Amino acid sequence: MWQTLKHWYHLLGSPRHFYRISGLWLPWVTLLAVAGLAVGLVWGLAFAPPDYQQGNSYRIIFLHVPAASGALMGYLAMGVAGLVGLVWRMKMAEVAIKAIAPFGAVLTAVALITGSIWGKPTWGTYWVWDARLTSMLILLFLYLGIIALQNAIRDPRQAGRAAALLAVVGVINVVIVRYSVYWWHSLHQPRTIRITDETAMPAEMLAPLLICMFSIYLLFAVTVLIRARTEILWRERRSNWVREEVTG
Amino acid sequence: MYFDSLGEFLQMGSHAPWVWSAYGISLVLVVSNLWLAARAHRNVRARLAQWVADESLREKR
Repeated sequence: MWQTLKHWYHLLGSPRHFYRISGLWLPWVTLLAVAGLAVGLVWGLAFAPPDYQQGNSYRIIFLHVPAASGALMGYLAMGVAGLVGLVWRMKMAEVAIKAIAPFGAVLTAVALITGSIWGKPTWGTYWVWDARLTSMLILLFLYLGIIALQNAIRDPRQAGRAAALLAVVGVINVVIVRYSVYWWHSLHQPRTIRITDETAMPAEMLAPLLICMFSIYLLFAVTVLIRARTEILWRERRSNWVREEVTG
Repeated sequence: MYFDSLGEFLQMGSHAPWVWSAYGISLVLVVSNLWLAARAHRNVRARLAQWVADESLREKR
């Protein structure tokens, strides 16, 4: 087990190998993500029953929850990559942060916008400054901060290290987002999907929601692979394999 | 299908403005982000290919 992990760490830690392997994965992950989203969204929008209190406005959940969950998981992944980058000086960890941040910011924005639109018919307001909504807005600023840092510092290694530090420190906000609905009085409902005890959602709503969530994760992976490949080509532009790759 | 007709599906039981605006804005954001990522990749590849071509031309001279 440990040997296999170590083998993958070195394989994916090498830009050249990562480029080759990710090129093989990319079409399949894209296909699975698009097909999954099509099935999950059509199921959720047209076939799932309406909510007994909210009617059809609840159908925003099939985008809102996957986007919010993807945004948080993405930040967590950036935090882990940041730690690996700072401790082991692994180049690919810096590439990973740069590849994750843009789509992470988009998913955070999607979660905020869909939540805000959903709030109007449900709570009677687009926005309240409560803990869940505010900490989610801070998550957006953290993502944008990381993107800005990477663009502001010219030396890529230095920019990578600064972004890694912000990624690690910002993980505390992910914890705050996650527990905000329990720590503070909030308009936002607690978790919809629970793994340990019985979920609050009937199966005919939960199934499309889980499919959408899985597909959004896959779509996130697609954007990360594309951006990581771009960054690798640029960083390794002086090596022979890149010359062969771009002319071949 | 839960709805009886396409019209009913589009109306979303009077929640159409909320549901469809949420989905529409999200679609634009997600698709444009994917498109930007793909475009950046193509641009870098093209730029590097040009770079290699220019270099080999200089070597020939």
